[in-house]
Amino acid sequence: MKYFSSGHGACPGCGLPIAVKNVLQALDGKCFVVNSTGCLEIISSQYGKSAWGVPYIHSLFENAAPVAAGIEAALRALGRKDEGHVVVFAGDGATADIGFGCLSGVMDRNHDIIYICLDNEAYQNTGHQQSGLTPMGEATTTTPVGKLMPGKLGKKKDMVSIAVAHGIPYVATSSSAFPADIRRKVKRALEFEGTKYIQIHSPCVTGWGVDGKGGIIAAKLAVETGLYPLVEFEYGKLTRVRKIKDRKPVEEYLKIQRRFRHLFKHPMGKQIIEELQRIADENARKYGLDVEKK
Amino acid sequence: MIEITIGAISRPMEAKKNKTGDWGTEYPIVDVEKCSGCRSCEMFCPDLCVEVVKENKKKYAVFNYDYCKGCGVCAFVCPENAIRMEVKEIYKLEVE
Repeated sequence: MKYFSSGHGACPGCGLPIAVKNVLQALDGKCFVVNSTGCLEIISSQYGKSAWGVPYIHSLFENAAPVAAGIEAALRALGRKDEGHVVVFAGDGATADIGFGCLSGVMDRNHDIIYICLDNEAYQNTGHQQSGLTPMGEATTTTPVGKLMPGKLGKKKDMVSIAVAHGIPYVATSSSAFPADIRRKVKRALEFEGTKYIQIHSPCVTGWGVDGKGGIIAAKLAVETGLYPLVEFEYGKLTRVRKIKDRKPVEEYLKIQRRFRHLFKHPMGKQIIEELQRIADENARKYGLDVEKK
Repeated sequence: MIEITIGAISRPMEAKKNKTGDWGTEYPIVDVEKCSGCRSCEMFCPDLCVEVVKENKKKYAVFNYDYCKGCGVCAFVCPENAIRMEVKEIYKLEVE
């Protein structure tokens, strides 16, 4: 592949390179990549060991979206619109917490960029601290498990609904366990003018506490249990969902990961699992995930 | 030792000189007979070390062990079960 090279420093089985290479493949390398601080920046852009084969810029943690907006405006002013799309790769912390205001501004001005949020559900680069997109009950270094706390107490921030509420043309979720889905959604996003937001669930082997192939198994189960629905919104309307045949109970997803293992013995664990199951059922009802039995 | 050039310019695809093949404890082996050349492993491989080649009308996956970190994702996603993971010789424990 010409756009992203081997030899980057990701952990074995990391979901980020799977997402990134499929996005770049879908764009045929015709893009300007803007990257916020995070794991992807660390693994791919060390001095003298850059893995990128496309134009790449990294500025700060919080301003990936405005930098992309600036590039897009400059290309428009110079009449070089056809040279490539502007793509942002940002982590979940950079999207939902630190760069949230800047991203909201870019969505408000509706700059013609593709914003890709690589959602590994915590600040995995600095050692697994909780972010806005951390799901309920996850044990992180800032929400440790003890006598009182069963991990994170709040819910996962619904970034998809927030993005839809901005009235941008295209919002979608995808998963590293479904690369063909990533490619199709990126190609679909190219057909719209304006800000496109795609949230890709990408497993982190060290943070989630799984082995090399376990990341992909967990990401697949997240979709199959209904905790991470793959949906598509066009101009605020739900147009497509990935239907699930025989939705699995959330325990199957939780029990294979170290970050959730305390839920099975903690006194409050049962309550959290019930709540997560309720969230999965709610997703299934809201998006119509279940295949109706005849 | 890092050599710093004038302007500290980073060249594209320089990561290739970072041979990550010795990170893993396992490595994948393809059963060429079973492999249908469906490109599932090529699509998934996080280290971009799979290439599907065509030889005598037969398509099969070839691994570049210089970069493979031995995560086992390819073996998990293979629809034909044509890939198996083998522990490297130096990591095999000697059992008497």
